[in-house]
Amino acid sequence: MSFPAHVLRFAEELRAEGVAIGTSELNDAFAALGEVRWTAAMPFREALAATLAKSPEDRRVFDLVFERFFFRAAEGEALRQGVREAGGEGEEGQDGITGGERIDFDNLREQVLRAIREGDEAAMRDLARLAIAAFGRRGQGSGVLGVDVQRIRRSLGLRSEPGGPVREDPTAPAPEPLTRDQVRRFELHLRRELERAQIERTQALPPSRPLNELDRALPSGPLQDLAAVHRVVMQLKRRLATQGHETRGRRKHAHVDVRRTMRASLQTGGVPVELKYRPRRPRRPELYVLCDVSTSVTSASVFFLSVLHALHDSFRKMRSFVFVERISEVTDVFERERSFKAVSEAISKDAGVADVSGYTDYGRVWREFLEQVEDDLHPRATVIVLGDARTNGRDPAAHVFARIAERAGRTFWLNPEPRLYWNYGDSVIAAYERFCEAYECWTTRQLEDFVKALTRPAHSAG
Amino acid sequence: MAPESADEVAAGLREAGYLAADSTALVAYLAARLGKPILVEGPAGVGKTELAKALSRYLDRRLVRLQCYEGLDEAKALYEWNYRKQLLRIQAEAAGTGWDAVQDDIFGEAFLLARPLMQAIGSEEPVVLLIDEIDKTDQEFEAMLLELLSDFQITIPELGRIEARTHPVVLLTSNNSRELTEALKRRCLYLWLDYPSTEHELEIVRLHAPELPDTVARRLVEVIAMVRELDLKKPPSIAESIDWARALVLMGAEDITAEVFRSTLSIIVKHRTDLDTVAERVGVRLGAASEASEAASAAMTSALREAGSAQREAG
Repeated sequence: MSFPAHVLRFAEELRAEGVAIGTSELNDAFAALGEVRWTAAMPFREALAATLAKSPEDRRVFDLVFERFFFRAAEGEALRQGVREAGGEGEEGQDGITGGERIDFDNLREQVLRAIREGDEAAMRDLARLAIAAFGRRGQGSGVLGVDVQRIRRSLGLRSEPGGPVREDPTAPAPEPLTRDQVRRFELHLRRELERAQIERTQALPPSRPLNELDRALPSGPLQDLAAVHRVVMQLKRRLATQGHETRGRRKHAHVDVRRTMRASLQTGGVPVELKYRPRRPRRPELYVLCDVSTSVTSASVFFLSVLHALHDSFRKMRSFVFVERISEVTDVFERERSFKAVSEAISKDAGVADVSGYTDYGRVWREFLEQVEDDLHPRATVIVLGDARTNGRDPAAHVFARIAERAGRTFWLNPEPRLYWNYGDSVIAAYERFCEAYECWTTRQLEDFVKALTRPAHSAG
Repeated sequence: MAPESADEVAAGLREAGYLAADSTALVAYLAARLGKPILVEGPAGVGKTELAKALSRYLDRRLVRLQCYEGLDEAKALYEWNYRKQLLRIQAEAAGTGWDAVQDDIFGEAFLLARPLMQAIGSEEPVVLLIDEIDKTDQEFEAMLLELLSDFQITIPELGRIEARTHPVVLLTSNNSRELTEALKRRCLYLWLDYPSTEHELEIVRLHAPELPDTVARRLVEVIAMVRELDLKKPPSIAESIDWARALVLMGAEDITAEVFRSTLSIIVKHRTDLDTVAERVGVRLGAASEASEAASAAMTSALREAGSAQREAG
């Protein structure tokens, strides 16, 4: 295959992963490739990245796809030309380098640690191969790449310690703990070498598979990462603040802004030549938020609640409730506490929902909620429920929920589980989905989209 | 004088006091060669604006800067008719001249107030145009930029099309507070600037605070990296590292002890809640580690000395 065709195939794969690449981008890419040397990997990769991947998210996907594509291309070519590595899997033991039984695990571990700390990619690759060989000796291979990678990592005792080292002996020189990133980099090498060995063994490229949603999500599980929460909230706030401007325009129902029109008319000697319109304001709904705070979904709920409360000026009125077995209003907590940490502590301590069983009872929750707010609900109110709809085998009481949905103008359900798991086990989301709009919500991106939809100016007057 | 290679750009930027990462130099080089604007994104304080300044020094061009903000419009960014002057002219020549003559006259370039974009386009000498924090403007403004960015020309209804006399190097920066439109992104090369690696940051600190002892600089960079690992509202960026390095030079600090750290903490962390977190997490660790690090550094220097003498013998 010719070189341009390869690049085009690469672009195709990127498109398949959702990166928007137009013809003009491709033209730029080729123009850029014309200006750099290809003998080193870095300029080639960066030139493509600068022209094809135009946001941090796209860049993440780009890096993943780039690795996969060129790894596969190289391996495919090696297969075609019949290149084999000496001492590959299957003939190990006869070869000195891969003699697994002679490798001292502790020694290997020290070397790996050093290589990871120094960020020495070449050493990491070699050590990954040694580790795989030694590991293969022990006969614990499962044949599944992801599982093997994790087993090898564990047997080497590699761990990232985000909480800072806790050492029995404080006088001993404390080595810096590995960061999650560093460990991940070594895992990448492990995975690649395992894959290479597999290709050699089977003499065929495995079918290419699309990137896993979870690979593409933010690296560290955004719903747990406090700093990420703050950043998302800040950005959301600013985006919402400017949202009114985007939809400004001469729509049918635009109102003339008299004051600004008069001011503008000063330039034309008092004749109002140019009409100024009032910007369309984003919708400010009245919100009732119900959040499940049982252990399975706490972090997602509290995160969601804090986002909403940080944005409270976008809503006309907002009341929030948390529930496990019973329901409890926490609007005050959010008004009092400013920091995310304090809020989650306050909720887990004094909200009074951590009841005996700790299992969610949706039926009871609906009834209690209806009791408390039935008179306040009206067609312009919006009810949002955040929960996994796992009833633990209790009565879902969908008819009570239907009544809530009927009284309120709009009802949304946010489910922090991927759609794949819906309606499996004791999840009864289908029973509720008939009465509301259900969204999955387990990345900050999905959450952001939802909040945007919530505050988008209504098309009808409202 | 377009640069010949990315390495040349990197060297030039270094001369101008900016240590560019490989990808930064490469993208800058591509931008100069292909005549495309660069869209630079990244956290605050990693040197997005500084890159433009360094480029202008390196290319020896004037820097025209347009600081964006919410509500920025054409009149502030592009051009405006100097209508007071126009009125004066009309009054001065009120008697006798026909309308046609006056009209041709008052909508001439003499009555045009050139704003940054117009200056960049109209300049005789090539310039570096920096459009700072483009994400703060609204989408209409972005749309207006499109003509400028792809064709380097501006259409003024009364005058016609004004084409760039020279080709400016254009940089747009964004803090990613809003998704920019696809149309704008398509016209730009994309550069994501992130916090630098430890080694790279060490070089930057050395460049900006050469008086700082080497061991202290290394320690500083390590501490900064540690602080960035924490969950902070605003993690310290390169700008903060440099400020801190300069402060340490002023104080004549020999080492970053827990005490020094605590007294200068406010230079690198700028939120009250962050201050507490950092003091708690890093301050404690520093206290415990400082003795150990002394031993380690002593061991290291002796090892280095040995290696040096071994080399000398070999040579």
